[in-house]
Parts: sequence; C-alpha cells; structure tokens
Amino acid sequence: MRVLVNGVERELAPGTTVAGLLAELGLARAAVAVERNRVLVPRAEQAVTALAEGDRIELVTLVGGG
Amino acid sequence: MDCAPLPVIDPADEPLVIGGESFRSRLFVGTGKYATLAQMAEALALSGTECVTVAIRRVSLDGSGGPSLLDFVDRARYRILPNTAGCFDAATAVRTAVLARELLDTKRVKLEVLGDARTLLPDPLGTLEATRELVRQGFDVWVYTSDDPRLACHLAEAGATAIMPAGSPIGSGQGVLNPNAIRILMELVEVPVIVDAGVGTASDVAIAMELGVEGVLLNSGIALAREPLRMAAAMRDACRAGRQAFLAGRIPRRLHANASSPEGGLIASVLRPVPGSTALAGE
Repeated sequence: MRVLVNGVERELAPGTTVAGLLAELGLARAAVAVERNRVLVPRAEQAVTALAEGDRIELVTLVGGG
Repeated sequence: MDCAPLPVIDPADEPLVIGGESFRSRLFVGTGKYATLAQMAEALALSGTECVTVAIRRVSLDGSGGPSLLDFVDRARYRILPNTAGCFDAATAVRTAVLARELLDTKRVKLEVLGDARTLLPDPLGTLEATRELVRQGFDVWVYTSDDPRLACHLAEAGATAIMPAGSPIGSGQGVLNPNAIRILMELVEVPVIVDAGVGTASDVAIAMELGVEGVLLNSGIALAREPLRMAAAMRDACRAGRQAFLAGRIPRRLHANASSPEGGLIASVLRPVPGSTALAGE
C-alpha cells in the first residue's frame, strides 16, 4: 500500500502499523511525534494503529527555534 | 592584572510566575540560528535563562538529520517552551502544539500564527482563534502578538497564560519601537507580559525591562551576534539591570539641570546672570 510520509510517497507492506513504520525508518527510539491524517497518534497507540492506503503521515521532531 | 569578578548583589525580587511555574531569570532564549549546537548550549548557559524555546519540524527522512537538539538542552536545567513558528493559520498552529505536547509532555506552548512570510507579523484573527482552541484543550498559551493593547485584552480574556508582544518584527533587531503601546498594554491585562522579538542588543532588553514587562524573549540577538557567547552574557546583565532599574524607579525627566553638588557654600565667584532674568547667580 502507498502512504504519504512527510509529503513523500512510500510503499509499505499491508498492515504496517505506525510503530512498524517508525522501526522501518530507524526512528523507533527517536524523539518523534506522529500525526495520521491530521490527528495525533499518541505513543501508546502507535503499536496498535494500522496504516491504510492513502494515509498522510507527519513525523516531527524538535529543532532549534525562537 | 586580572580583576576579581564583581559579586552579583541583586536586591530582592519576586520570582516570575507563569502558569504556576516560577522563574528566577526573566530572560527567555531561543535555540535557533547558532553556528553549532555546542555553541548554542554554551550561550544558553551564559544567558542565565531557565526556559528555552524550540521549534517543531518534519523529521529528515534522508539521513541528514544530524544530532538531536535535546542532546544539547539539559532538561533538568531548562524548561522547554515549544513554539508554533512558521504556522500561517490557526489549524496548523493547533496541530503543531498538539505534536509538541506529545514530544515534550508539557502543556506550555508559545503560540505563533503569522500573517505572511515576509513580515512575519502575527495574524490577529488567527492568533485569537488558535488561543481559544488551545486553551480549550488545556494548554498554557504564551501568545506571540503585536503590541496592540486591545488585541492583548482579547487574548487575555480568551485565557492566554502570558501575552508576548513583539518589540519589532522577528529578527529585525530594531528594539522596542512603540514603548507607549507596551505600557498601555500592561495596564490593560493582568497576565504576565513578555516582550518577544526584535531585540538587537543589550540596551533593547534593558529598555524593555525598564518599562516593567515581566521578561524578554530573544533568539537572533544572541545567535547572530559576532560573538554569541559574549552577547549572551550581555543580554543576561541587561535583563537584570533593566529589571532592577524598573523596581528602583527612574527619576523623572526634566528639561533643565538640577545640580548634584550643593548650591550654597561656594567660594566667592564672579556674579553670573541667570539667562532670561535680571537676577544674578553666585554669591
């Protein structure tokens, strides 16, 4: 299935969860917050939240700013 | 010969309390634009700040991310104030705040809803709309706004935790352009007022603090100075000096001189006319 991760299309195995996506990207232990279709996916729900075709995922972290 | 450092003797001051949290330093410092994260960490330490701002951005997925900001910000020493910088509508700002809360487990947010990329002026309607929504969701909203006193009233009524008027446009280094607006704004709202943005050098911080604002937030003024570490210390001292001067109470401005030395008891001198009168001055 195809999903959009930070604006870039990505092919994922059907049934991939948010936690699975993070692991695939090497971000399993990074300080990352996840939004799926404009709604936050809390850390506690990432392992049980399955992605679907066409999902728009935002993965964000902290950077320097004022 | 080296001089011993002067002891810091600050007469008693109340800690600044915002959203139930207490701050001894009234300087709030951003973490952007430093040459390196190590330089940023050193500048933060020298500034004496206890609260630093950070931004929320997409993770780099091409492996170009580099070290994490949090590795250089000691969370035991600094409280973190995430911002919604770069958001141009209320909905995006609210989403960004929700993501920040998830990342940092804090209800603090520095809300920015900007009008356009060139001026970075706050959009008043979007700012008010986002303030209402974030307050509804339980955030402590430190809201970046213009120096408009009536808008500040609306934001305070909407439940903002702190009002943060711009001294001048973000990163412009123009200092506090309209001190009278800030003074009026402070009269009209009861929540803490922090000047945010536009600070170019130490005197800008001192001038803001002398107005009686509760604190100053700055970033570029330190990060882009020729010597950021020296400027961090200068900003720290200016914040402290301005605060103490405000508490001490400045003398009124007057048009004419007022001698500091006794006017009587001078040795005999030539009599001098007082300009504009027929009287003679001197003995």
